[in-house]
Amino acid sequence: MEVINFLRQPWPWYIAGPIIGLTVPLLLLTGNRILGISSSLRDLCAMCFPANIPFLKYNWKDHLWNIFFAIGLLLGGFIGGVLLHPVTAMPLSPATIHSLQGMGISRQPGILPVEIFSWAHLLTWQHLLIVVGGGFLVGFGTRYSGGCTSGHGIAGLSMMQWPSLVATILFFTGGILTANFILPLLIH
Amino acid sequence: MKSDAVSWFRMQEMFRFQGFQLFGIFLTAIPTSALGIFIIKKLKIKTLDGEPARIVKKEFNMGYVYGSLLFGIGWGLTGACPGPIYVQIGSGLSIAIVTLLSAMAGTWVYSYLKPKLPH
Repeated sequence: MEVINFLRQPWPWYIAGPIIGLTVPLLLLTGNRILGISSSLRDLCAMCFPANIPFLKYNWKDHLWNIFFAIGLLLGGFIGGVLLHPVTAMPLSPATIHSLQGMGISRQPGILPVEIFSWAHLLTWQHLLIVVGGGFLVGFGTRYSGGCTSGHGIAGLSMMQWPSLVATILFFTGGILTANFILPLLIH
Repeated sequence: MKSDAVSWFRMQEMFRFQGFQLFGIFLTAIPTSALGIFIIKKLKIKTLDGEPARIVKKEFNMGYVYGSLLFGIGWGLTGACPGPIYVQIGSGLSIAIVTLLSAMAGTWVYSYLKPKLPH
């Protein structure tokens, strides 16, 4: 039970960070694969609805590892979120708790706030904009810029790709501005 | 999942500069990865298929600017870059399927419009 209890605790950044960092060289060694999770969205599109679009006409089977990586994330989520289900809300900084309460978001276990991300609350224009509009921008923007937090922020930066540095600075800027100024307008 | 790296709450904390957890993950993941890449290059370690490890230089275009800003807005709204969406679904949050389908729609529309967009 000791072990299970340890596993239930959130892992500190100095353990999780290096583990995440190791995936980049390991993927490279398994066959010159570059970590990048957003590419799996393109592979899924190419697999399901290629519609004769040149950008989606390629042999997605060559990228099957990307899909397996995504399945690995699903399994990781299942182990972390269902089998080792956290029973208490994660410790957050008091300032964050305060700001979130100001937007009507309560303290709760889990990784998404039910006040926004639940079927019961989806059908208001604000929540649709957040979930559907936000999701759309994630898919559109990552492909437009050729990568996301993993592909640019971790893999690209550690390989000294300067376009990835530009991308990382800009998506952090977009995220920071949105979370601080746009999100509070949508939920309050 | 185990480090809260996929948590919407943790991301809000990061975007508001109120906590160190996610910055800590970035700041340790990047050097770990860079060190691994450096060792692979230095010792010329081959991949499992026996090929030399190869890193293609990225060519800059304006897509990095427009795309990243748009992605950043989506990231701020959903609290999810693509990886966490899969983790959310796996952890039993069926609502994240809506996020995934929306993201796939975004990627599809980009693919369709690609020839017309400034790069």
